[in-house]
Amino acid sequence: MATVKKNPVKFPDGDAGPMQQVVIANRLTDGVVVFLGRDRQWVTYLKDCPPAETPEEAETLLAMGVEAENNQEIVGPELIEVQDQNGTLAPIKMREAMRARGPSIRTDLGKQAGN
Amino acid sequence: MYKYDEFDAEFVNQRALQFGRQVESRLSGSLSEEQFRPLRLMNGLYLQLHAYMLRINVPYGCLNSVQMRKLAHIARVYDKDYGHLTTRQNMQFNWIKLADMPEILLELASVEMHGIQSSGNCIRNITADEYAGVAAEEIEDPRVYCELLRQWSSLHPEFSFLPRKFKISVTGSEKDRAAVKAHDIGLRLYRNENGEEGFEVFVGGGLGRTPFIGKSIRAFLPTRHVLSYCEAILRVYNQLGRRDNKYKARIKILVHEMGAEAFTELVEKEWAQISAGALEVPEAELERVRAFFVPPAYERLPEESPELEAQLGSDAAFATWARQQLAAHKQPGYAIVNISCSPVGKPPGDISSAQMDVVANLADTYNFGEMRVTHNQNLVFTDVRKSDLFALWQELVRVGLATSNHGLISDTICCPGLDYCALATARSIPVAEKLSQRFADQDKQKEIGEIYLNMSGCINACGHHHVGNIGIVGVDKKNSELYQLMLGGSAEEDASLGKILGPGFDEDGIVDAVENVIDTYLELRDESERFIDTYRRVGPDPFKERLYSAPA
Repeated sequence: MATVKKNPVKFPDGDAGPMQQVVIANRLTDGVVVFLGRDRQWVTYLKDCPPAETPEEAETLLAMGVEAENNQEIVGPELIEVQDQNGTLAPIKMREAMRARGPSIRTDLGKQAGN
Repeated sequence: MYKYDEFDAEFVNQRALQFGRQVESRLSGSLSEEQFRPLRLMNGLYLQLHAYMLRINVPYGCLNSVQMRKLAHIARVYDKDYGHLTTRQNMQFNWIKLADMPEILLELASVEMHGIQSSGNCIRNITADEYAGVAAEEIEDPRVYCELLRQWSSLHPEFSFLPRKFKISVTGSEKDRAAVKAHDIGLRLYRNENGEEGFEVFVGGGLGRTPFIGKSIRAFLPTRHVLSYCEAILRVYNQLGRRDNKYKARIKILVHEMGAEAFTELVEKEWAQISAGALEVPEAELERVRAFFVPPAYERLPEESPELEAQLGSDAAFATWARQQLAAHKQPGYAIVNISCSPVGKPPGDISSAQMDVVANLADTYNFGEMRVTHNQNLVFTDVRKSDLFALWQELVRVGLATSNHGLISDTICCPGLDYCALATARSIPVAEKLSQRFADQDKQKEIGEIYLNMSGCINACGHHHVGNIGIVGVDKKNSELYQLMLGGSAEEDASLGKILGPGFDEDGIVDAVENVIDTYLELRDESERFIDTYRRVGPDPFKERLYSAPA
């Protein structure tokens, strides 16, 4: 049985704007950080990943993530909160921002460098 | 250096093959992550923020050139062209693919290396003084006992599932370069008044979220009993250490809660049962292991080298490096060379595969084909002829390994932090880089003098911040990085824990704060005082007043 970690994300109330979440994980074979994209495909860049706009959508995404973990595609699926920053989708938490980009001290490595 | 016998080689090879099969089972889906996780951890494989991370043991920091070349090869072929030297004298690779692990472990096994027990709740890599066997002031060479302990602790059936991880460190010098009082067991090898060799035994030291300085529980333990006494300590811990709460599971908590005296009583009682048993090391076995650590074939040289004197006089940059990076050797005409892997503005402990190859070649040319990894994340050449120093330095300059900051403020200990680590709460390397840039001026560093600046990116303290003269720990405060400053720690023979000075700072603020503290020290210090001496003399108040009264 897969272990699922959930970030305790609070959804905004009223008209605070659309809540957005994505599922993040590490790919089983190489550990590379991936996001759950369209049609249950795992993508390596957050920009290619349509976020869930409602809590229900998010739960559905996470269920797909768990299924993918049980199918030995990925490890450690979890929902993370993202937001639009100057036209680009970015994780709110620094830890996940690091995973989405790569190490801040080696900008020649990781997704930020396309490797 | 220890060489595998047939049994060692076969065992490590079999283990590599076994883990290879486990990886295959994982990739094919017959093992779940939950089932596989303990298996991969037993082989040093973690899953970090960006990828898998492999930690490879370097037993008590000793490495030969063939092994270093193999590490360079692994970095180049299987990782992103660099590795990271850790505070447990190991090497880590940050971008490993699970599917490559079977091959990597076989590559490692071919040079007598592995990742077994570099993770998990077992006895981890034994660490030691990086000058073991060569320091001029050394009493005895601790490596013989490190090797005995390594063999005893490898796959020890009783201690493979301890309440928590367990770290042992050994020194044979008065000057403690192995931080023995910050370990679960620290062993200080010395000779008593009768000239007998033995250990002072410290237990229950450690950092992390609840730091303690180890308590001396035995003033003198004859060396032949080192295994049985450690076994007795581990048995008491294994039975009584807490398993209900991982944050209270280290031996330091048991020793603290029980009291050192009550703990010692139990250990002595247990030891009385086993001290005369199979674990008593016979002299013949000691001799067998000692034979691996006989000094290399030194030439008979005069203590001073006229050639070196001339080079020191004619090249100021070389002289600066030599003054900072060399240490006194037992053997006339030889020197110990500290090779800094913490260049200004770069991640402390990172080393590229090209640098690894060069270091391996230099070790062959100048250092009998061997080298050491230090817990300060640097390298050491232990046996360089004084007349070779200039040539060695020139080669090191070419590959960016000739920084002159040994024991100075820019030679920080620093954990990987939130740039890599899944446990971290803040980044640590960027702060270490900024600090080394702020204090890059060599004259300024020399003026500040001996100081240890240690930095961690979370309370788990892999960067040993509690025992830095200046310690920094990064925490997460409302999704921002906040850096706390502590002063007064030491990992040496005068070990002490630093105390938090006051409210924390942001990334740039902490760099200013450290400079403020240094300025205060430079004003207050008496001639020849180190930072730690001044701090101990005046206490935290002058530092606090000046730092926190400064206009915002």
